[in-house]
Amino acid sequence: MNPLLTALARFLIFPGLLFAVPAAWFFLWVERKAVALMQERVGPPFMQPFWDFIKLLGKETPPRPGIAGLIMRAWPLIAVSSAAGAVGLLPVLPSQGGFEGDLILLLALLELPSVCIICAGFSSRSLFGEIGSAREAALSVSYNIVFLLAIVSIAASQHTFRLEALAAMHPTFLTVLGVIAILVCLPAKLHINPFSLPNAEQEIYSGPMTEYAGPELAMWELAHGLEWVAATGLVATLVAPHIALAWGTTLLAACLFVVLSVAVVLLLSVLAAATARLAIDSSVRFYWQCTLIFAVLAISSALFVRFWS
Amino acid sequence: MKLWQRLMCTARRRSPWLFHMNAGSCNGCDIEIVAALSPRYDAEQLGVRLEGSPRHADILCVTGPVTRTAVNAVKTVYDQVCGPKAVVAIGSCPATTNVFIDSRTLVGPLDKHVPVDVYVPGCPPRPDAIIAGVARAATILAERGNNPPKTEMVMAETVKPVEEVQP
Repeated sequence: MNPLLTALARFLIFPGLLFAVPAAWFFLWVERKAVALMQERVGPPFMQPFWDFIKLLGKETPPRPGIAGLIMRAWPLIAVSSAAGAVGLLPVLPSQGGFEGDLILLLALLELPSVCIICAGFSSRSLFGEIGSAREAALSVSYNIVFLLAIVSIAASQHTFRLEALAAMHPTFLTVLGVIAILVCLPAKLHINPFSLPNAEQEIYSGPMTEYAGPELAMWELAHGLEWVAATGLVATLVAPHIALAWGTTLLAACLFVVLSVAVVLLLSVLAAATARLAIDSSVRFYWQCTLIFAVLAISSALFVRFWS
Repeated sequence: MKLWQRLMCTARRRSPWLFHMNAGSCNGCDIEIVAALSPRYDAEQLGVRLEGSPRHADILCVTGPVTRTAVNAVKTVYDQVCGPKAVVAIGSCPATTNVFIDSRTLVGPLDKHVPVDVYVPGCPPRPDAIIAGVARAATILAERGNNPPKTEMVMAETVKPVEEVQP
């Protein structure tokens, strides 16, 4: 088949937009429902994130004159498109070249929404937005070191930056360690509870989102959902495909990808419901003092193994 | 187009996001609002979410007899909520100023300053009454859409500073 057509199909259908947008709503629902069940509540109905999205599309936005307003409107769109692009890059189905499964591009696209959040908070010129953005910036400097080191250590042990090659390799101790390190970073990346500092509700209102309303807020919600899909999908692709490829069919690979992603979402939601929010200094200390040592150990042993063999 | 409007109507009914505004309340109603969101009553079943920012909210829940210091904040927050929006007066205070009637520090009741859609009487009202009020407001919101509220907004009289008021 035409490679361009395949790439477009991947971006638009599976695992791209047509799959990712309902999956984003589904994951948002799973998160809220899991937290509700942990608190012995009934929780929101199944369609809730969808209704929220539609309702937000129909709301008015305050007038935002000039270039500053234009920039402020642009951030959620950039965040949504980059998160959707990250989902589209996940090599759920076996691929033949192109950008598919390119780890560096995937990491850049995964990082863009959080950069957008930082910029959005500062460009909204709200006091709470600026505090939230400053927190997000401090947090992203801390967890990204560990996140990147974990991924680089997996990549270095296999000497490739192609995700499907990493997924197809035999799971070693280093892979397991790397996946655990990525899982430790995900709550901070997704702003959920132990590290929900940037959008700490009841504390700094809604952080960087304070001034956003209507369709812009809907785009932020969607970007957040797509981040969930992309981040859990990254873990799922690191764990899943070599199992599915052993079984042989692409349909199974896709199903396994979804099931594993939902499992990661459930794990993170239960963690979010079971913990309270840490202060910014303890969060930063957690990543710099407790986790960084293991990440450095992982990458140095990966390099050692690489040059030894 | 018709389909989109019906979809939007359902979405507005099923996704009311609240902003809670204290206009000089004694905290009794505020505690009951929190109770309405807590595990026993669980308003999230109806899609209710308590939002931190008035920009995100659809329904403004006001408690308290509007005091002289709070009135400008109430009007500012009402303007900050993006349309379509509804106002729910929680408790007897915003409806009638309750036992504080004729106090020189009050400029209430609430409907002198912003159009109120639903009154939830009680001192304090029960959490299920608050949830019923919010659900009613969400229905009003769905029916009304982007049209302005039917009740004419009463312009507030100028508020004098406290020093000038003769006891």
